[in-house]
Amino acid sequence: MNITEKILARASGKAQVSPGDVVFVNVDKVMVHDVSGPGVLAVFEKLRKKGMVIDKVWDPERVWVAEDHFVPAADKISAQNVVLLTNFTKQFGIKKHFKYGMGQYGICHTLSHEEAMVLPGEVYVGGDSHTNTTGALGAFAAGLGHTDVAYVLLNGKIWFKVPETLYFKLNGKLPDHVMAKDLILKIIGDIGTDGAAYKTMQFGGTGISEMSVESRLTLTNMTTEAGAKSGIVEPDQKLREYLAARGVTKYNEVHGDADAQYEKIYEYEGSEMEPIVAKPFSPENTVVARDLSSVELDKAYIGSCTGAKLEDLQAAAKILKGKTVKIRTEILPAAMSIFRKAMDTGLLKIFMDAGVVVGPPTCGACCGAHMGVLAKDEICISTTNRNFPGRMGHIESQTYLASPLVAAASAVTGKITDPRDLK
Amino acid sequence: MKGSVIKYERDNIDTDVILPGPYLKIHDYAELATHAMEGLDKDFHKRVKPGDFIVAGKNFGCGSSREHAPIALSYSGIKAVLALSFARIFYRNAVDGAFLLPIEIDESAYKDISDTDSLEVDISTNEIKNLTKNKTYKIKPFPELIGKIIQAGGLFNYKP
Ligand code: SF4
Repeated sequence: MNITEKILARASGKAQVSPGDVVFVNVDKVMVHDVSGPGVLAVFEKLRKKGMVIDKVWDPERVWVAEDHFVPAADKISAQNVVLLTNFTKQFGIKKHFKYGMGQYGICHTLSHEEAMVLPGEVYVGGDSHTNTTGALGAFAAGLGHTDVAYVLLNGKIWFKVPETLYFKLNGKLPDHVMAKDLILKIIGDIGTDGAAYKTMQFGGTGISEMSVESRLTLTNMTTEAGAKSGIVEPDQKLREYLAARGVTKYNEVHGDADAQYEKIYEYEGSEMEPIVAKPFSPENTVVARDLSSVELDKAYIGSCTGAKLEDLQAAAKILKGKTVKIRTEILPAAMSIFRKAMDTGLLKIFMDAGVVVGPPTCGACCGAHMGVLAKDEICISTTNRNFPGRMGHIESQTYLASPLVAAASAVTGKITDPRDLK
Repeated sequence: MKGSVIKYERDNIDTDVILPGPYLKIHDYAELATHAMEGLDKDFHKRVKPGDFIVAGKNFGCGSSREHAPIALSYSGIKAVLALSFARIFYRNAVDGAFLLPIEIDESAYKDISDTDSLEVDISTNEIKNLTKNKTYKIKPFPELIGKIIQAGGLFNYKP
C-alpha cells in the first residue's frame, strides 16, 4: 500500500484497503473557520428542529477553529458570524480557537502547519477546499462541506472512497528563480483542473527531498485546483525538523511500502522548470511568464494560504529590496507568527520602503470578499490559487496566478515580469 | 422526478459562479437561492421553476467547498444536476446533505438534451426519459454506499 492507503487502512481499522473501496474512517483532527463554522451551526439547527439533541461534540480536543475569511469583520453579518463561532467554542469547550486580535491567528491552512495542529499519519478534515494543504505534513488531509463536517463533529468519523494516487516525481532541485508555485502551476497546466479528480497527488523524488516544508505546502495546497481529494508528501528529516521547531516530536509516521502502487507516475526535471503564470480564468491556463511580458497590471497581491508563508515573503523581499513598486501592491502575511518573523527579520521595512501596503492576515481579497477587491476590468497578478471569473472582485476583473518572485518582479515593472528579466 | 432543463453547455462550472464569494456569510437558505448561478447567469433565479434540472459538462461544482452552492441550487428548486462529471466536494455535499442528486450522464445524452426539454429522471431504473424528444438515456448508477445514503435521505439519516 502507498502512504494514503496505509493511513486510510489504519483509520478504518482494516488490514488492507484498495483504491475504490468506500470506508468509514476515524478522524484525528477537524477544523472549521468563520464561513464553514456558521454553516455547520446551521446544519446543527436544522437537525435540532428535527428533534436531535446536540449538546456536545465527539472530542473538543480534536477540533480547532480559525477566523480568516471575513476578518477584520467585513460588515455586520461577518461580525455576527464571529460571535456565533465564539459562542460555539465556549459552549462546546473547544479551546483551540485562533481569534483575530488576540495573538496568533491567521489563515486556517497556514495555522495547520505553523501551529502543528495536524501530525504525520493523521486523518485531518476541514470545512475548506484547500484542507489538502496540510498533506505536506505526511497526513491524509481533505476538505468537506458543512453537513459532512457536522457529521464528523458529532460522530468522529466520515466516509471516504479510497483514492487512486498520482505520483509526481521531481528530479533535482528547482533553479533559484523558480518556486514550488511554478511547478504546481505547470502540473495543473499539464493535467487540467479535473486531472486528479477524486484522486490523491503525491509528491516525491530528489527535488522534493531538497525542498523546504513550506514549498511542499504550496504544492499540496494547489492539488485542489487539479480536482484532487488530497495531496501528500512522505515524512522525512526536513519535516521532523520543521515540527521539532514547533515543539512537536511525538507522532506516528506512515510511509508507503516498497511495492506501493500508483495509478500513474509523472516525472519533472527540476533544471528544466521556468517561471509559470496561469492566465484568467482557470488555473490550468498556464504559459511561461515571459510570454506575458506585455500584460499591463493594476495590482499585485502577495497573500493567502498559497503564497504568503515566510519563505514567500522572503522571496518577494529579495526582489523588492531597494526598489519601488509601480502598481498598487499588497502583502498580507498568512498568519501573525509569519507577520512577526517578517518584522523581526526586516522584511516589513523592505516592503514599506518599496511603497507596499502590508496588511493583517485575512482571506478577504483572495476570495473577492473584502479588504481590497478588484474593480471592473482591473488586472491583478496574485500569489493565490484561483482565478475564476469574479474570484477576486468584479466578474469582469482578471487575475493572473504566479509565484511570489514573479508577483514581486511584476509589481516593480507594472507588467508581468519573469524575475530573471528584472534589471 | 419530472421537470424541464436549464442547460449550460460548458465544463468546470465552479462554485464561485454558482454562489459568488460575497454571499458566503449568508446562512439563510432562501436568501442564498436568490443569488444562485449569479456569476454565470443573472436571470437564473427568475427562470428556474421547482423541479427543474441543470444539465452541464465536465467537473461541475469545482472550486471551493462551499455547501452554499448545492444549497442555493436546491432552494431555487433544482432537483438534480445532470453532468458529465462532478467535483468531489460538490458531489458529496449534494448527497450527504440531501440537497439534490448529482447524476452522471454520458456524452451522447449531454449532446442530445436541449435547453427547455422536459425530462423524467428515474434513479431506480437508472434512466432518463426525454419527453420532448421521445428518447431514453442511461445514467451511471450510484456506488452502493452513495445509493444507500440517498435512499436514507442524507448522511445523518443513514445508519452504517
Ligand atoms: S487564503 Fe484564499 S484559498 Fe486560502 S483559505 Fe483563504 S480564501 Fe481560501
